[in-house]
Amino acid sequence: MAVQYLAANRFGLGRRFDDPAIGNPKTWLSRHLADYDPAPAATAGLAGRATIATAYVEYREDRQAMRRTAAETPMSEEEKGMDPELRRLSRSAIHRHYVEATAARLTAAIATPTPFPERLVHFWANHFAVSADKQTVIGFVGNYENEAIRPHIMGKFSDLLIAAVKHPAMLLYLDQAQSFGPESPFATRVRNRGSRRSPGLNENLAREILELHTLGVRTGYTQADVTAFAKALTGLTVAGLGRGAGQRLMPADAEPGATVFIAPLHEPGAQTLLGRRYDAAGAAQAEAILRDLAVHPATARHIATKLARHFTADDPPGALVDRLAADFLKTGGDLASLYRALIASPEPWVAAPTMFKSPWDWTVSMLRALKISALGEKQNVAAMFTQLGQPIWRPGSPAGYDDKVATWAGSAGLMQRVELASRIAGRIGDRVDARQLAPLVLADALSPETGQAIARADSPGQGIAMLFASPTFLRR
Amino acid sequence: MILSRRSIILSGITFAAAGTLPGFVYAAAATPRRLVFIIQRGAADGLATVAPTGDPAFAAARRTLADETARGAKLDTMFTLHPALATTAGLYSCQQAHFAQAVATAYRDRSHFDGQNMLEGGGSRPYGRSDGWVGRLLTLLPTAERDAIAIAPAVPLALRGPVQVGTYAASRLPQADGDLIARLSVLYAEDPLLHPLWDSAVRTQELAGDIGGNNGRNGADLGKLAASLMLPADGARVMMVETGGWDTHSGQRGRLNAQLRGLDQLIGALQSGLGPAWNDTLVIVATEFGRTVEVNGTGGTDHGTASTAMLLGGNLALGGKVSADWPGLTPAGRLDGRDLRPTRSLESVIAAAVAHHYALDPKRVMTTLYPDD
Repeated sequence: MAVQYLAANRFGLGRRFDDPAIGNPKTWLSRHLADYDPAPAATAGLAGRATIATAYVEYREDRQAMRRTAAETPMSEEEKGMDPELRRLSRSAIHRHYVEATAARLTAAIATPTPFPERLVHFWANHFAVSADKQTVIGFVGNYENEAIRPHIMGKFSDLLIAAVKHPAMLLYLDQAQSFGPESPFATRVRNRGSRRSPGLNENLAREILELHTLGVRTGYTQADVTAFAKALTGLTVAGLGRGAGQRLMPADAEPGATVFIAPLHEPGAQTLLGRRYDAAGAAQAEAILRDLAVHPATARHIATKLARHFTADDPPGALVDRLAADFLKTGGDLASLYRALIASPEPWVAAPTMFKSPWDWTVSMLRALKISALGEKQNVAAMFTQLGQPIWRPGSPAGYDDKVATWAGSAGLMQRVELASRIAGRIGDRVDARQLAPLVLADALSPETGQAIARADSPGQGIAMLFASPTFLRR
Repeated sequence: MILSRRSIILSGITFAAAGTLPGFVYAAAATPRRLVFIIQRGAADGLATVAPTGDPAFAAARRTLADETARGAKLDTMFTLHPALATTAGLYSCQQAHFAQAVATAYRDRSHFDGQNMLEGGGSRPYGRSDGWVGRLLTLLPTAERDAIAIAPAVPLALRGPVQVGTYAASRLPQADGDLIARLSVLYAEDPLLHPLWDSAVRTQELAGDIGGNNGRNGADLGKLAASLMLPADGARVMMVETGGWDTHSGQRGRLNAQLRGLDQLIGALQSGLGPAWNDTLVIVATEFGRTVEVNGTGGTDHGTASTAMLLGGNLALGGKVSADWPGLTPAGRLDGRDLRPTRSLESVIAAAVAHHYALDPKRVMTTLYPDD
């Protein structure tokens, strides 16, 4: 067993070069839960929602204006091969907000003295995934993790769910911001005017909350439940993004980028979901449904399974899932209690490190191990993770990144890691001795073969590359 | 480099031989045949791709999305191809394209992830299989035609199976030096997961050669990349190409147009990149399910059931035709009153095309690719 390595890598984000000894792994992890800081310094200077929303509107207007003008500012070498649309995007403020937030995320992950909760932040951001594929969403994704996820990972699951669902990034990503009650006062008025395009319902967010965020797929809800939930959610939208039906109904004092509930867009009347009737009017209706979904037994099982998988294996042990689900139900979804149950369980500790680190996990653990900043001043963090196959906050689907060995264990991905390790080793050269670093980083999981391979490397740099590409360090 | 390219390829075959090797009752073709599976992840709208403009209910159901079909190529009295698919229309006119309309897998719910799992795995229920239909097809192919690769960072489910498969994702990072690669080959030798992955990575890096800087940003680049991996004498013969972005819940008109234009360029670049080898190539384009008949409130369409599959290549059984047992778009003809009703199984369309392409026994292909049916 390699409990020191598992504590640092399966639960944490890899040992930092200056971390004191872990000692008792369970005590060490419990301390992280107590010391968790929901607002790490690295995220402090990032743009707020109003700035991001304004930047998006400017980008959209610029794009329209620039389409009309042929002349453009001179292009850099990198830009020359780009599609004109991508070039505009890469120069825009929304893209800058994204890039700055990715850099802050990496800085926070490298610096954190509480890597276990930091991993949980990444876990929950991926569970409630938004994806920067949509131009409206790009600027908001960092803010989403910092303001909707971070403050709620130690509280109740229901509060985390509601914060995630109501954040503009989620409302925009899953089309809620443009979903209107078919019988709402607003839609009725448009219809009565004889307009050809009547504003209508979009089921996307309702479906994904049921399928991905709470109950889980194939847990017995029906199409009618999805539609009823979608109707209950109508009225929730985002202020200050201009255009689109219903913008004139925005409250005058709403800050751009703020989540607002607009009653005339809401579908009137009671909704029935999973056999229960919800009579509440307005925004309270969706909130009541979300609170019920958050403590549903299927949700407990779904969350327990995903969490157990993240800390054990592709097919998590049934006993662990049962224990976590029972804890979730007993506490009404108290997340800190769930994490304590996880630490106390035997299952995450029994096996050798068998989970394959994601590109994010692997890169973060490598950078934590090095006392010298291994990335150049101008390193574009977002581009680096895109290259490694795991673009930050851009999983491409509301399901987030899959969490299995086969997801990340690909031949091209492996070669890219070796190439990155090799490049970083080249920058570090002989300023770090891999023979001394290996026992610290691999701890009780250091195998004689890896130790020997590192010792026999033909250069200090090659030794560092071998350490980070070693079979153990690729896993957690 | 310790391992030569040839020896690594051979080691891959040895790995494959651990599974069951088929009897070679069918003779190998004079030139090796090639197969490309392009997956459209996100549920591509078959009703916009191959639009049933001859159905009297079409224009009313599709409202604002219906009029864009006017500029598309007329395929027959019923169907019109999306105008963004110009190259594909050209292939159709010389019998090198076939469209199967109103097809679906056995899956009848509307989750992308379950649907893709069924499309790739070829099982009778989601997560019923841990290998895929292309992976199982490889066991039926002669040795010279079973070298498979995916343009993806990891092996997609469709390609998983007893035969080792490579992956390729263009890299802009500097390459690791040969000595480090050789040392890691030793370090990974006893690792059951890393050993085959690494062998495949090393081999692919050699084959990819000078196109390493081309990161497949658009369809044409991706098509060029795919062709360059398949053209060499010891290149891949079976390829899977991933495409995403088909989940058009809102603003479908512009988004789908861009998607289909990219797909069209991908197909065009593949055809021109393969040159004469195109005549022995089959391209299958398929998606996990279709989209609703009616346009939703945000100018998009929601998750549906039946969609369209495309077959392209120089040697099709039914080139220049659309095949459909057309269910009609009236509410009564639809599935659950909302979706295009599937009238043929996508599995049978794929199996028939593959059997024809490789001159294999259709029954054997069906039971191998879709063993649970």
